[in-house]
Amino acid sequence: MDLTFTEGERAFRDEVRQFLRDNVPPETQRKLVEGRRLSKDEMIAGARVLNKKGIPYWPKEYGGAGWTPAQQYIFEEEVQAFTAQTMYDFGVSLIGPVIYTFGNDAQKKYYLPRIINVDDWWCQGFSEPGAGSDLASLRTRAVRNGDHYVVNGQKTWTTLAQHADWIFCLVRTNPDAKKQLGISFLLIDMKSPGVTVRPIQLIDGDYEVNEVFFDNVRVPAENLVGEENKGWEYAKMLLGNERFGGAWVGASKERIRRIRHLAARSQIGGERLIDQVTFHQKVLEIEVQLKALEVTQLRVVANASKKNSMRDPVSSILKLKGAEIQQATAELLMHVIGPYALPHFSEEEFEDRNQAPIGPDWPPMIASTYFYSRAASIYSGSREIQKNIIAKAILGL
Amino acid sequence: MNLDLSEEQRLLKDSVERLLLESYRLNNRRTYQAGERGFSDEMWSRYAELGLLALPFSEEFGGFGGGAVETMIVMEAFGKALILEPYFATVVLAGGVVRLGANESQKAKLIPAIAEGRTKMAFAYAEPQSRYDLFHVETQAKNDRDGWVLSGTKGLVLHGEAADKIVVSARTAGDTRDKKGIGLFLVDAHAPGLRSRGYPTQDGLRAAEITLEKVRVEEVDVIGDPAGAFPVISRVAEEAIAALCAEAVGSFGEMLAITVDYLKTREQFGKKIGSFQALQHRAADMFVELEQSRSMAMYAAILASEGNATECKRAISAAKIQIGRSAKVIGHESIQLHGGIGMTTEYSIGHYFKHVIMLDALFGDTDYHLSRLAKLGGLSKEQAN
Repeated sequence: MDLTFTEGERAFRDEVRQFLRDNVPPETQRKLVEGRRLSKDEMIAGARVLNKKGIPYWPKEYGGAGWTPAQQYIFEEEVQAFTAQTMYDFGVSLIGPVIYTFGNDAQKKYYLPRIINVDDWWCQGFSEPGAGSDLASLRTRAVRNGDHYVVNGQKTWTTLAQHADWIFCLVRTNPDAKKQLGISFLLIDMKSPGVTVRPIQLIDGDYEVNEVFFDNVRVPAENLVGEENKGWEYAKMLLGNERFGGAWVGASKERIRRIRHLAARSQIGGERLIDQVTFHQKVLEIEVQLKALEVTQLRVVANASKKNSMRDPVSSILKLKGAEIQQATAELLMHVIGPYALPHFSEEEFEDRNQAPIGPDWPPMIASTYFYSRAASIYSGSREIQKNIIAKAILGL
Repeated sequence: MNLDLSEEQRLLKDSVERLLLESYRLNNRRTYQAGERGFSDEMWSRYAELGLLALPFSEEFGGFGGGAVETMIVMEAFGKALILEPYFATVVLAGGVVRLGANESQKAKLIPAIAEGRTKMAFAYAEPQSRYDLFHVETQAKNDRDGWVLSGTKGLVLHGEAADKIVVSARTAGDTRDKKGIGLFLVDAHAPGLRSRGYPTQDGLRAAEITLEKVRVEEVDVIGDPAGAFPVISRVAEEAIAALCAEAVGSFGEMLAITVDYLKTREQFGKKIGSFQALQHRAADMFVELEQSRSMAMYAAILASEGNATECKRAISAAKIQIGRSAKVIGHESIQLHGGIGMTTEYSIGHYFKHVIMLDALFGDTDYHLSRLAKLGGLSKEQAN
């Protein structure tokens, strides 16, 4: 039993690290680490950089890197350590695997190269006002009419829909079937007549999510993925992948490094904040939990190396614990800046470099990061849903 | 990276688990506990037959050359069965001192005796005032022409009564809290001047307070440098913590299994109580704690076998913190989810609860290890300074 990576894997880590330093624009990296918002162009450029190095998880035949689970893990961890975030767009991380697993040849041929090249920005049309945790109760209707579907309804919490060229949607095609059985998986061009996007401001002050309205939107039938009414199965795979990516170990490590770094430069009552026992203890508690999560994830990766599948029951705790740790680090980070949590700047105001910052020369996005972090235990399967999954699927309750 | 057990390790795991499944049900445990010594000599012989008592010692002295991972496997199985025998005291603690500190002739004498089940041992490392500081040693060892004379009091000697031989830490030089000037002495349990006052522990094991009044120890029974044995004590303690973490994980797993089983059978309001979401979520919390603890026990075992002392200490402290926190969550929830029956001694869960809580009070509790980890600079690789 050992936890060390092979010499080849360590060399791969160095190679990835060097690649990121050489290729990710410094301004993009800084913005990500500081918790600021990237412009659409910066996001696309960043995603292209990563895809140039290789697409983790995807099989080789579809343009994937063909990496081992250990290499995938290393790559993802390095990206997160470099940016304190995951940089993946929903094309590579979410819809690509659905298309190459369940899509037809024409769809694979058309979409996969475009996803790899980030020709389109994808968003996810799953949640609805009446279908959050109970996703399968979704009501957006798609009615087959000749060679088209006509879509009516509303999606919400749609991440970055304001930038999106395409949306992959769960739609109801059979209202009479049991709720999971009447759902289909449809790809919709956001430029289609009848699609309206309304951004929603979140409590961090930013606009990340949107409402998306469909009013008699005509979607070519060839945009159906797989079979009609089988969409729930495809969505389950996608959600499983999303959860596996939810541990965020690399990003949380970077966050803790930053906390330690800033706390070593902050004075409180005549001593460095990092030397204050009550503060340091909180950092240590999180470090311990994060180390445990890291080893838990390595167990999943090691298991995957054998079975070539990430479906390990233990993986269900990755998202749950990962979110908890992200929230705890965001809280500590805000604690570091003390009263200077108060000033609020939008990204636009922050861009105006002519003005001196208010307070220390630290990005005034830290409190916003904290407010936003509360979403981590809500999106992609709330904490409570994750616990339901553990109770039912693992413990058999 | 490989987190699988080897073929030999899997065999070890299977054979220990099979033995305990056959012979260590809760009613067996009650019988053993009620016996004169508070454990089963019969089981001790079975452990010897299986080679468990020889496990960590090198082959040249009749051992099996197992490492921290092998110990982890055995301790996890023991935690699952909640065994009463002095394995930890004899093989992990005193055996650790012998393995890491003794000279060849001492090893040649002691290891076969332990391995064959002939000799049980204990390690008297703690004193009434020392709390978790292993270097806080007031027991004196004075050198004279015929050897050494030991005087002092050793508190909390795990399985001190059952031991045939006791390793005692005593001060040969320096002040009470100096790390230098500590020696390790092998004392016969029946040595004149040694008094042992045995008592049961909260979790049904045995311990003893041992007083030494001018107990004579011959030069051949001094283990290692009489003024420089602290590094051995410290090393043994790190390995012992890794072993305790594994034992706790064994208990945690069983606690979750027992609790889930109860949730699936107990009915109230006309339903299985496991159908209530408020209870399901708490069982899920227990599962998360169990798996996080398992990860840290593995991490501790793996790092305990590696060379880097600071990295090892950090890992061990982190694991002990995780186990201590999880013991509370899993312990408290498992009692609560059972309701009244969980509070009774008739039922199994309370015995597990008491054991995992008591493990926190051995070799440094959660707070102690948080302080230690703070002094070591935390777990982050790149330190901010």
